[in-house]
Amino acid sequence: MTIHSLFILSKSGGLIYQHDHNQPSIDNEKTFSYPLELKLDLQNRNIVVSFGQRDGIRVGHMLMAVNGKKVTGHQLEDGREALEVLRDEANYPINLKFARPRLTTNEKIFQASMFYPLYALACQLSPEPRSSGIEVLEADNFRMNCFQTLTGVKFMVISDPKQSGVDALLHRVYELYADFALKNPFYSLEMPIRCELFDEHLKTALEQAERSGLSNV
Amino acid sequence: MSGELFTLTYGSLVAQLLKDYENVDDVNRQLERMGYNIGMRLIEDFLARANPGRCYDLRDTADKIQQAFKLYLGVSPSIGSWNPGGDEFSIVLETNPMAEFVELPDHCLGLRYSNILAGIIRGACEMVQMEVMVWFIADQLKGDNVTEIRIKFVKRLEDAIPAVAEEAEVQSAVKPPSSTRASPCWSGFRTEDRDSQRPHCSAHRVE
Repeated sequence: MTIHSLFILSKSGGLIYQHDHNQPSIDNEKTFSYPLELKLDLQNRNIVVSFGQRDGIRVGHMLMAVNGKKVTGHQLEDGREALEVLRDEANYPINLKFARPRLTTNEKIFQASMFYPLYALACQLSPEPRSSGIEVLEADNFRMNCFQTLTGVKFMVISDPKQSGVDALLHRVYELYADFALKNPFYSLEMPIRCELFDEHLKTALEQAERSGLSNV
Repeated sequence: MSGELFTLTYGSLVAQLLKDYENVDDVNRQLERMGYNIGMRLIEDFLARANPGRCYDLRDTADKIQQAFKLYLGVSPSIGSWNPGGDEFSIVLETNPMAEFVELPDHCLGLRYSNILAGIIRGACEMVQMEVMVWFIADQLKGDNVTEIRIKFVKRLEDAIPAVAEEAEVQSAVKPPSSTRASPCWSGFRTEDRDSQRPHCSAHRVE
């Protein structure tokens, strides 16, 4: 029973709040000898495992560090190209750290605004008039619940498919939004929410929902 | 919380505005604008707490406004004086909690003391895609028996309807966000700009 993250979209489709609650982080560190058994590729300026799954390192994981030095994009801290370093036999044995890539803030904004037309499209595809948009979207290892208010603000929670009580949680988040974001006189409408009180209460609500999983949020 | 604190706070707000502007029309306009900004936020609170559901008829709306008065001011106004077209009604307050300790001095008879209420109703309705006009037609402070607020439905704000398809309005739901009324950066001054572009409710005077 986990709740992974929460998104709030303004009525014009912009991401105004995002919170990662319980993201499973998978880190794998391993020392390799020459030649490297993993096939690495450059994707989106990141170094990603494209083939060869072993010891918890999976296809799609990203190279995070070489010999304890952080990798940013495709370069090491000292400016060397990571792929070059890996190609050179003299650098082995070598310690590599892999992790599942995280979404950057930009990617989150991008994906949140992608959902906006999908939601609207769902209304149009509906065989019944006056249908709402997407309320639940289920995949084999997560579920997304979306709640749109009458004013057009969307609240989305990404959780474990077995998590219950998400509807109540969404409603609770709406109350918190009305209380701590909108009643804050220094918050301007439709802008990203940066209110500490809101953060705090939200965390409590998410933890509670996770613990009980019931409707008594 | 005691309502008196609210009444007194509002009173000092109005008094301060009168001092700052020295012109009752400006004060009336300023109160309405403040109310508008409050209403845009308060509506979310109302929806989250009371969970009233969408209105498809102005009579629904009237009921919900009545409910909101109960929730936020602790009074139950009566609804009435519908016009034949059904797009205009009155809210009648036997007592106005905002003006409990108030007597209007002679030099500000034009002041609509509780004008903030008009702004709140307008702002709140606008957020649920209804443009309304709100004005006072009777005020106990001016010697009337009751306080009466008149609400007139102007139009449905089609392009601001969130994608919850309403048969004919589906088209508008998929317009790119930039064309909706709500540009992503409403801040105080933008709101004022928007305000000045539309016919202002303060055109209606309490006679």
